[in-house]
Amino acid sequence: MDTTVADTGTEGRTWGGGNKPLKASYGKMMMWFFIVSDALTFSGFLAAYGFSRFKFIEEWPIADEVFTHVPFLHGQELPMIYVAFMTFILIMSSVTMVLAVDAGHHMNKAKVTLYMFLTIIGGAIFVGSQAWEWATFIQGDYGAVQTKGGNILQFGEYVTVDGEEKFKRISIDEFAVTSPTERSQHGRSNGLWFVTESSLPPYSVNEIYNGLEANENILVRNQIINEEGEKTVLSREESLKQIKENGKLVVKGANLRVNEYGTSLFADFFFFITGFHGFHVFSGVVINIIIFFNVILGTYERRGSYEMVEKVGLYWHFVDLVWVFVFTFFYLV
Amino acid sequence: MAHEHKLEIFRGLWKFKSNTQKIWGVLAFLTFVTAIEVILGIYKPAVLMEVWINPIEGGFFATLANIILSPFVYMKPLNLIFILLTLVKAYYITWDFMHMRDEVKALRRMVVWTAVFLICYLIFILLQEGGYVYDVYNTDDALIKRDF
Repeated sequence: MDTTVADTGTEGRTWGGGNKPLKASYGKMMMWFFIVSDALTFSGFLAAYGFSRFKFIEEWPIADEVFTHVPFLHGQELPMIYVAFMTFILIMSSVTMVLAVDAGHHMNKAKVTLYMFLTIIGGAIFVGSQAWEWATFIQGDYGAVQTKGGNILQFGEYVTVDGEEKFKRISIDEFAVTSPTERSQHGRSNGLWFVTESSLPPYSVNEIYNGLEANENILVRNQIINEEGEKTVLSREESLKQIKENGKLVVKGANLRVNEYGTSLFADFFFFITGFHGFHVFSGVVINIIIFFNVILGTYERRGSYEMVEKVGLYWHFVDLVWVFVFTFFYLV
Repeated sequence: MAHEHKLEIFRGLWKFKSNTQKIWGVLAFLTFVTAIEVILGIYKPAVLMEVWINPIEGGFFATLANIILSPFVYMKPLNLIFILLTLVKAYYITWDFMHMRDEVKALRRMVVWTAVFLICYLIFILLQEGGYVYDVYNTDDALIKRDF
């Protein structure tokens, strides 16, 4: 700097330059500014989620019924458990990160290396868990029928568990009566040349209707949340009528167009917000790996300061911070 | 500067001997809060599932009171608890993991006030609009029909 800036002779005075009122280095301050702007981006997404949810406040899917799976525990309904585990992993990796920063302050290279490594492992477990969560969500579990108006009709029956009558969901695979298929996949060769479809729905609405007619116990429930905070279950006649008159498409799982759990906006926001967060975690892991190798190579030892670790630490904690909000607004509220 | 840490949380109720100890203490606290959230989320106590105050009827001041008390009038207590616990967690992550506690006041305010102000504004606008669109969809003479 000495070669490019002329001395003014006012150094040391208030407006003479060289003051650092925020007592933070340039890099750290810029990281804070980036974090503020990124926080606004995420709150934009979450507020948009709130907007759409307020629009469809009476028919929004209930998260406890959507995210019920835990790896290796097949067929058990354990809402919240796996996300709670993911949250804990991310907080834990935040802790190892802040321990790495602390070790950096003491210029302890071995400890910084160890804690950075643990942080990277934690991040990788989190991203992996999220991929699994996505896969489960996309694959779906019970299947449903979408109506002409885009509403979702799901199936189930009343069962008595411990003297209490409960509505238990039934998968469409269990009751659909398959008949010789009357519909073939739409390809470029047999229709408009620029229109194709990727895969056929597993069943036709007719097959579902026949299955529903044959099983007296099965009822349909729609998206509307009733006063007890549960989805409305229709009577037997109404169930048959709804499928017959309004049923249009059989859906299983969720993607950006259809969603067996309810309003398709729910799936759109789920993919977008958790995807954007997952991308942040992924890039955080990549940056952490770069810094990790720099630590091993002794770059910061030679530089005499581990401030770089502190800066990526800020980013990593921010990712954790965002997840705390995503967790609340997607899985709890 | 960066090497000195304030070693107490809860306004001095809980003091630590070293920064490392403080980190583990904060982890214990955050885990505890998350555990409460998960337990409440799974069991959903019936008391917390219904709003405690019904919207107040009549006139301008009733509307004003509804707006001021909106977290209690329009939100289930359970959801309010979740949001408050989330803010508590956010506070401790920012203050102790990101070392906001050790930064100067000006930096702290620059980051926090800007974000809090803009986010509150955004949330207010979008949720207000969402509620309005809901009303448009669900009046008796709504032009849009979705129940088919």
